[in-house]
Amino acid sequence: MTTYIIRRLSYTIPIVFGVLLLTFILFNIVGGDISAELAGKAAAKETIEEIRKERGFDKPLFLAWDSQFVNHFKNALTFDFGRALDRESVIDKIKRGVGPSLALMAPMFFGVLLISVSLSLVIAFVRGTIWDVLAVVVCVTGMSLPYLSFILFGQYFLAYKWRLFPIFFWPDLSTAEYVALPVLIGIVAGLGTNVRFYRTVMLDEMRSDYVRTAFAKGLSTRQVLFKHVLKNAMIPIITRVILSIPFLFLGSLLLERFFGIPGLGYLMIEAIGSRDYFVINAMTYISAILFVIFNVITDICYALVDPRVSLE
Amino acid sequence: MVCFVVVLLYFSLAAFIYLGELFNWQVGPIRWAEEVGQKYEPPSSKNIFGTDIFGLSVFRKTLYGTKISITVALCASFISIAIGVPLGAIAGYFRGFVDEIIVWIYSTLSSIPYILLILAFAIVLRDKTLFGHKLRGITAVYLAIGLTSWVGICRLIRGEIIKHKEREYVLAAVSYGCGRRRIIFKHLLPNVFHLVIIDFSLRFVAFIHAEVILSFLGLGEMDRPSWGAMINDARMELSRGVWWQMAAATIAIFIISLVLNIFGDALRDSLDPKLRVE
Repeated sequence: MTTYIIRRLSYTIPIVFGVLLLTFILFNIVGGDISAELAGKAAAKETIEEIRKERGFDKPLFLAWDSQFVNHFKNALTFDFGRALDRESVIDKIKRGVGPSLALMAPMFFGVLLISVSLSLVIAFVRGTIWDVLAVVVCVTGMSLPYLSFILFGQYFLAYKWRLFPIFFWPDLSTAEYVALPVLIGIVAGLGTNVRFYRTVMLDEMRSDYVRTAFAKGLSTRQVLFKHVLKNAMIPIITRVILSIPFLFLGSLLLERFFGIPGLGYLMIEAIGSRDYFVINAMTYISAILFVIFNVITDICYALVDPRVSLE
Repeated sequence: MVCFVVVLLYFSLAAFIYLGELFNWQVGPIRWAEEVGQKYEPPSSKNIFGTDIFGLSVFRKTLYGTKISITVALCASFISIAIGVPLGAIAGYFRGFVDEIIVWIYSTLSSIPYILLILAFAIVLRDKTLFGHKLRGITAVYLAIGLTSWVGICRLIRGEIIKHKEREYVLAAVSYGCGRRRIIFKHLLPNVFHLVIIDFSLRFVAFIHAEVILSFLGLGEMDRPSWGAMINDARMELSRGVWWQMAAATIAIFIISLVLNIFGDALRDSLDPKLRVE
């Protein structure tokens, strides 16, 4: 197992290298020297020069020990992303944002997972009936509604009109209070796609031979579903769960914007508004690292839940 | 069938607006910048979706937004098919070193969360000059979406080509002495191309939603109406009870996504019977 994990981790090295290369191309070559832009419209030559020096845009791109290319890698590997446009260290900003973001994302994530897997099991119970058709219709409808509409109408009706929840983040509120409505909206918006996917997975499994065998030996539907189908459906479920983490990022991005929660998504939006390449660069890199790590975890989970997956 | 008609309707609306702009027709959606009433008029028989802050017709703006969304989604699809399909085919056919390089490129791209990648591309590409053209508004948007979303189709085509490579018809083509390029483009690709069509009828929805989010974040078209910008306007207006702009944009997006979802599923069921779900 340990050798498997180590080998699996070593596969991630080229990916991390690729991500760094990509961000370098994006922000240093295509984005280029933005010091004139940073200095403002009527800046003196010296100011621009100063900024250029501070940001390292005066160094050669490649082919030197002190080049931008080498520094880009060095900074990323030591998690030193310099300062954002407002002079605060990027890494401090990110550290500050992690807490609120996690408070929002973790309940949303598990909520969607739990509800959609159990709903899809229920649908597998009633497959072929009018309820099944109805569920699919509701799911496709939910999938087609834009995410922004979920958020806006949710905020408008639940918080503004009916005053069930606080409308906006406020430092005095407890975490549970300000997170409740965004989490609720996130869960509802995520259900359509997920339930539909898990339904397909469950129904695919229902057609396998082992299910027929299980029914043939006289097991009840419930036993077949929980003892056999759910276990075998674990692989697609795990893949889906891990793959949906990047989408959570999108969810929290927009949710945090609307509810003013000072998390990572809010930080991103701010950075987009002020065109702060440094923050976006750091966020891209860190989320890619996280994604790679989660990918390794997925593979390990495969090995844990399915004895057929070999560790070779 | 109904869905197909509705999809066609959206497309022809977009085409109509293009033609209208070209020949300067004086019809509703093209004259979106015309004041049709007071500001914030509620929906009435005269203005189906009321008016916005400048007294412009929300209905006309919604129709015009169709053009932006369809353009972005179409261009993004073309870009990602143009990159993803050949790369996937080459990787799947040649394997070896070429395959490893291509797989490395797409696993790198796919390890960055999609929305972050699009945002990074969109923000960097904005206001850059490429081959003498300044990338403005929606050009940057569809370039960003297109350049980041070829990964899925590339992976799909690669896997499919690997499967098809050993089939008899390919062996027959080899025994005729067909060149590698001929085998890939004349024999293999037509046999997997239905997957591209299915994939894109479903991916189109994602492109439209991505465009809406980008324009909502202020990275899209600035001086012409788009659905994302309408939602952004509506954000502030909702608290004043002005719901029609939001509703119009939501309905427009909802209908096109719904029909594309259903249409894509139907397409998959008819073109790829192996995947059929009861």
